[in-house]
Amino acid sequence: MIDVRDLKKSFGAQLVLDDVSFRIENGESVAIIGRSGGGKSVLLKHIIGLLQPDSGDVVIDGESIVAMNERQLLRVRRKFGMVFQGAALFDSMTVAENVAFGLRRHEHLTEAEIAKRVARTLDMVDLPGTEEKNPAELSGGMRKRVGLARAIIYEPQILLYDEPTTGLDPIVSDSIDKLIMRVRDHLKVTTVVVTHDMRTARRVGNRVMMLHERKLYANGTPEEIFASQDPVVRQFIDGVADPQENLF
Amino acid sequence: MNFFANQWFSDWLAGLGRITLLARESVASAFTFKFNRRDLLYQIYFIGIKSQSVVLVTGAFTGMVLAAQTYYQFHRVKMDTATLAVVSVSMCSELGPVLTALMVAGRVGASMAAEIGTMRVTEQIDALRTLATHPVDYLVVPRLLASNIALPLLTVEAMAMGIGAGYLVGVYLMGIDPTYLWDNMLKYSHDSDVQIGLIKSIVYGGIIALIGCYKGLTCGLGAQGVGRATTEAVVYASITILITNFFLTLTLEQLAVMLDL
Repeated sequence: MIDVRDLKKSFGAQLVLDDVSFRIENGESVAIIGRSGGGKSVLLKHIIGLLQPDSGDVVIDGESIVAMNERQLLRVRRKFGMVFQGAALFDSMTVAENVAFGLRRHEHLTEAEIAKRVARTLDMVDLPGTEEKNPAELSGGMRKRVGLARAIIYEPQILLYDEPTTGLDPIVSDSIDKLIMRVRDHLKVTTVVVTHDMRTARRVGNRVMMLHERKLYANGTPEEIFASQDPVVRQFIDGVADPQENLF
Repeated sequence: MNFFANQWFSDWLAGLGRITLLARESVASAFTFKFNRRDLLYQIYFIGIKSQSVVLVTGAFTGMVLAAQTYYQFHRVKMDTATLAVVSVSMCSELGPVLTALMVAGRVGASMAAEIGTMRVTEQIDALRTLATHPVDYLVVPRLLASNIALPLLTVEAMAMGIGAGYLVGVYLMGIDPTYLWDNMLKYSHDSDVQIGLIKSIVYGGIIALIGCYKGLTCGLGAQGVGRATTEAVVYASITILITNFFLTLTLEQLAVMLDL
């Protein structure tokens, strides 16, 4: 279970998150939506302890992670898998070495067992036979899939996705959405997806939360959020720019 | 003006504090063997084997220049046969360790900062952390240990090349009697000169790796951040080596006298 309490974070003078609180139960699938630069990725990084808040608390399975040092956090992070916006693959390694990274570091398996697990996981993300390729040879969608394979190979309890479909064409985005749903249902993991892609939010989330102006603005089922008549929620879902707003 | 001086000084102190914490974390990690031995071997190969040409050329030409310059000065007072003794003592206790360290700082320190800095800006270090791997265990410790192992070996090579090249210049270019040249070198060179050089090289290995890794881990965002981190790694490591060399020379020479080495 993920419990975020009164989270505040600022970078220099810029306040990014202001008193954000929510709770995600085990097995839930939550989409966090909001405008670009609105603090969604910052929030996600707080959940896994990559960033420390100015105040507030993040509790994972009853354990507060805010006061933990980096070594104590390593133990908690074994429960997590995270897929980065730019995939963040290790570019000095092959696809197989990337995917096997967590296994090699934390589990005592033979090379044959590792190779078998890597092949099975790559198969699950629809990339069979790509073991020996380098990350530079892969397309954006393939890199995201390898990032997902690396995150799920040791079967984490919680999966975090940071903008999984950003920069991908609609067809590849659709296949990534389906993959997220397949992994969610197959591994029964708690899933948190940060996105500003409305189609992804509607499909992968059992619940949708919206961040707006540094606060948690809306929280409900996809049906409730997408049927909302609140002008802020409506404007974001419909993707309508405010004529008064100076965007450039 | 005063404000900027205070700001610079407090930033400098904060940086010194952070690099000390990094050193402490790295030493603690090294003693608990959390690093991967394959990574250590690769780093020894990268720092040691790949630096061969740079170190051999530096050692040889430094020894040759030193021999020629010493000969021209000593020849006036008829002390030609002491030429190689000067080359030997200088190469072992000062020039060997310092020049090797400066060359390695340029080649390896820059590469460490650039590689780790690029990993930072492409979120690969965050990815390491999400995969329950401490960046110090995975990135810093193998580089630090490899530098500590490779630098003394490279320094010994530079010393040997310098003395050998100095001998060739003295005998074949300057026409000094080889027997007296060699005998005087043995007479005036001591074990302590080599020991001091080796101790220095271990310290410089630590300086190069720690500053290179620190600059990479804390580099600013984007290509400009990586570029700046790379330059700063080389400049700071070189300056630190030169300043440290003065204090190490004072301390180690005093120690050698006290212990009668």
